[in-house]
Amino acid sequence: MATAVRRTWRRPPLVADRRLRWLLYGGALLYLVLATSTVEVNWARVWDGLGRGWAFVQSFFRPDFTTRGSDILQGMIESLTMTVTATVAGILVSVPIGIGAARNLAPLPIYLVCRGLIALSRALQEVIVAIFFVAMFGFGPFAGFLTLTFNTIGFLGKLLAEDIEDIDETQVEAIRSTGASWPQLVNWAVQPQVMPRLIGLSLYRLDINFRESAVIGIVGAGGIGATLETAMDRYEYDSAAAILLVIIAIVMLAEYSSSHVRKWVQ
Amino acid sequence: MPLLRAEDRTSWRHRTPRAQLALWFGWLMLVALTVFSWEVMTRDTIWAFVADAPRQAADIGSRMVPPRWSYLEQLWWPLWDTLNIATLGTLLAVLFAVPVAFCAARNTTPSTVLVRPVALLLIVASRSINSLIWGLLLVAIVGPGTLAGILAIALRSIGFIGKLLYEAIEEIDPAPVEAVTATGASRLQVLDYAIVPQVLPAFAGITVFRWDINIRESTVLGLVGAGGIGLKLQASLNTLAWPQVTVILLVILATVLVSEWVSAKVRHAII
Repeated sequence: MATAVRRTWRRPPLVADRRLRWLLYGGALLYLVLATSTVEVNWARVWDGLGRGWAFVQSFFRPDFTTRGSDILQGMIESLTMTVTATVAGILVSVPIGIGAARNLAPLPIYLVCRGLIALSRALQEVIVAIFFVAMFGFGPFAGFLTLTFNTIGFLGKLLAEDIEDIDETQVEAIRSTGASWPQLVNWAVQPQVMPRLIGLSLYRLDINFRESAVIGIVGAGGIGATLETAMDRYEYDSAAAILLVIIAIVMLAEYSSSHVRKWVQ
Repeated sequence: MPLLRAEDRTSWRHRTPRAQLALWFGWLMLVALTVFSWEVMTRDTIWAFVADAPRQAADIGSRMVPPRWSYLEQLWWPLWDTLNIATLGTLLAVLFAVPVAFCAARNTTPSTVLVRPVALLLIVASRSINSLIWGLLLVAIVGPGTLAGILAIALRSIGFIGKLLYEAIEEIDPAPVEAVTATGASRLQVLDYAIVPQVLPAFAGITVFRWDINIRESTVLGLVGAGGIGLKLQASLNTLAWPQVTVILLVILATVLVSEWVSAKVRHAII
């Protein structure tokens, strides 16, 4: 018997072709070197900032809810009302658009228009939309409401349309065979199939809208973001920490309760 | 599904009368809440500005065209910065998110009592705060510039990558873990040979997905001073240079579309 060849098992590499593998590694390394060398960092400023950063971390342990209490309350009220109204308005608009963007329900011209609207709403980010709405409608939560509504349409419309396209066609056929009209078809064959998911998505969007409402205030569209920016500009870290804690608490609460509602609906 | 017996015939109803009533009440509360919110929200709205909006929109629109294409050559450098903010931020986030995810997953955490809650708290805190707000904070701390942007993106992404990764880790097939453990492997070896190979595709997909979102977010981080093409946007908006704004928005749109295409391709190749 020949001597047994000692072999050890080696894991197969992620990229099978050796040359491609080294090319990828080399390219990644080259990019990293280029990228890190072009990042301009003012280390003296960073060093100065470390003390401030530490002060900020400390302020989380002694948040100041009272000094700017009325501002925080006003900001939260604006954010919350904006979130609710924009989510409801967004759902109302995105349901017809979502139905129009489902190929199995809508004729081609309507389908293209609705898909175009959805693509437009998804391509533009909240902050950029907010800048324009603030320029058009003036500062304040009304511009924020419009921004959130506009972005809700793209999100809900797309997901609803995909959901409608995935429904069980046999139920549609069954209802159609009873001689139902198109509205009856949507109401009795499509709506029951997509409703649980629509409710789930709406709650998820409510959650997102609240988070976004904290951001668009930075460009003047009302809400808690404006209060936060003022606090940071004045270096009032204790107030800023209080605002952030309130935001985190509400987001956690919303996430927790929406997951419960979603479980209950489905 | 209840049947309604009225006089001599039986008819089918979708819901019982009680369920119907509860449903209507629920809708009523929702409408009431919305109307109330609307009232509170629009209390300080100046309707003259709202009525004026179409004219303002037409005005801005007419100022925005034609775009000043010559401005494009000033945008390549900020665009490179934007790409770096997104990519380096994602890489930095991965470095922190991987250990956090392994600490948060129920089947790999060193301790469910001590370590897991801390890891989950880290993930929630990072996820609740948008990268623009992280940018706002970091500009105040480390000063304006690309570094603040990279850190902002990283801090936001830790929660995102961490959450999706730990859910992927919890969903792995336990059989390979058992098999590798049966060979006498140490905990680290089990991690390396049984768990990591199972979550690697999901991990790559999540990372590329987040990179795509980060490109999107890093384009506007400059609005709070955190570097990238957003700085140019802010400068152009402040000087009311609308033709430049158009060019910047088109560049942002093109970047977002390219990054979306790249991430879709890469995810398609992985999965």
